Amino acid sequence: MQQEVIIAGFGGQGVLFAGQLLSYTALDEGKEVTWIPSYGPEMRGGTANCTVVISDEEIGSPFVKNPTAVIAMNLPSLEKFEDMVEEGGVLVVNASMVNRGVERDDIKVVSIPANEIAQEIGSERAVNMVMLGALLGNLDLLSLDALDKALDTHLPERHKKFLPMNKEALRRGAEYKAEAVEPA
Amino acid sequence: MAKELIKGNTAVAEAALRAGLEAYFGYPITPQTELLEHLSARMPEIGRPFVQAESELGAINMVYGAACTGKRVMTSSSSPGVSLMMEGLSYIAGTEVPAVLVDVVRGGPGLGNIAPAQGDYNQIVHGGGHGDYHMLVLAPASVQEAVDLTVLAFDLAEKYRHLVAVLMDGSIGQMMEPAELPPMQPMKTDIPDWAVRGTDGGEKRVLTSINLDPPAQEVMNLRLMKRWQEIEKNEVRYKGYYLDDAEYVVVGFGTAGRISLSAVRAAREKGIKVGLLRPITLAPFPNDILDELSEKAKAFLVVEMNSGQMLEDVRLVVRGRKPVEFFGRMGGVVPYPDEVLTEIKRLVDGPLTTEGHPRDRWLARLSETIG
Repeated sequence: MQQEVIIAGFGGQGVLFAGQLLSYTALDEGKEVTWIPSYGPEMRGGTANCTVVISDEEIGSPFVKNPTAVIAMNLPSLEKFEDMVEEGGVLVVNASMVNRGVERDDIKVVSIPANEIAQEIGSERAVNMVMLGALLGNLDLLSLDALDKALDTHLPERHKKFLPMNKEALRRGAEYKAEAVEPA
Repeated sequence: MAKELIKGNTAVAEAALRAGLEAYFGYPITPQTELLEHLSARMPEIGRPFVQAESELGAINMVYGAACTGKRVMTSSSSPGVSLMMEGLSYIAGTEVPAVLVDVVRGGPGLGNIAPAQGDYNQIVHGGGHGDYHMLVLAPASVQEAVDLTVLAFDLAEKYRHLVAVLMDGSIGQMMEPAELPPMQPMKTDIPDWAVRGTDGGEKRVLTSINLDPPAQEVMNLRLMKRWQEIEKNEVRYKGYYLDDAEYVVVGFGTAGRISLSAVRAAREKGIKVGLLRPITLAPFPNDILDELSEKAKAFLVVEMNSGQMLEDVRLVVRGRKPVEFFGRMGGVVPYPDEVLTEIKRLVDGPLTTEGHPRDRWLARLSETIG
């Protein structure tokens, strides 16, 4: 069993850390995992993304063309990755940053005003955790409790004061459920 | 020790340090920089020299000098930086002192770009520097393997008084994977009997690569070549996947190898009997297993992130007994598994030929796709 997630947004939205948290959780759960960032010139502004592959066996390609799920934190990310989501997969869209609907009708779409939710619970910086929660609420990948544990273990000491906010962000995100997919 | 999630470049740096690296000399370049960055913090912390040289030329010659004292030393760089080191590498080979080089390959030629590539195969495996010498070349495909092979690199370098290169690409350098780091090894205390570190009144020793008398030089050449034969006999490493009943064999190293693994699994799901041979030592090349497979398999597919550099080494072993086809992406473009799967299917569907050159056929197909 292998699942792949691409998390994309612009710099400062916590894209790379969200992917790392997924990876730490997978590692703690005894899975194989790879995390690979886009490390090209786009890091200096524009979009950033990372690909996380989680598997029960030795992972082949760390790059995937059609991931199980995509988290699109902004419009350029939606434009770039909407078509790539595997049929039947999950697309989580940050409705706060995207002014259009999703065109695909063969995938599960979770549209969530993540910036507003993050602000409500204390800081826009929690937007990545809200989005990650929304993914896990709609994809059987890793449990929220396992993510909590990974946050406890791997969040740098200086950020430990944000633990409760991050955990709440995950849960608020997970409340959002995908719109039903019409059977073909 | 427990596994931790760690970036390839950082993991190689920490593994080298724990393997008893006594001095590091380098110059920053993407996508290798985290390796140097990690050591710039860690080496001084434990009282060992870290030097950011004025250039790659400076770095490799510092490595040369330090290697002559019998210390565990290394440098690391990425493609254009490694090109600058070639003269020094040849001198190190000619002086028969051990040293480790890590090349985190990027797209080229020239300044190229910082994306993952395998275009340095010929430069590292078949020379680059002048004169008759070989480097022992290790090609990891994962962060764990990069850790393990870095530790091995030092042991092999000292065992054979040899240059050892760890050839990886930008994606292994930048990727995070769970890996178990080696325990901290105590620093080496024995001084090799060839090392020059002051005679203290004793007999003089000279380490040099200059040999003005051709017959004497030839004796040295013979010694180097015999040592290489020993290495060829003892140090071949590879990993096979699904080879037992394989009718078709994909050959790929490093990242191209693991991408091929995904394609091989997808092909197996479709009932295609295909396996993967992933060379771990590129020099010495795993000739014997490939020779054996040339008797059993129907055809080969070589996959690389270059224009078919290892392809020539595969063809030398297969010797026209079976058809060999090639698929590669160049310039920092990384193939997806489905592209390799398409090539596996092409192999199965045929027609296959042992005529012509596989590179020509591949270039014709690639021109249609990317024109």
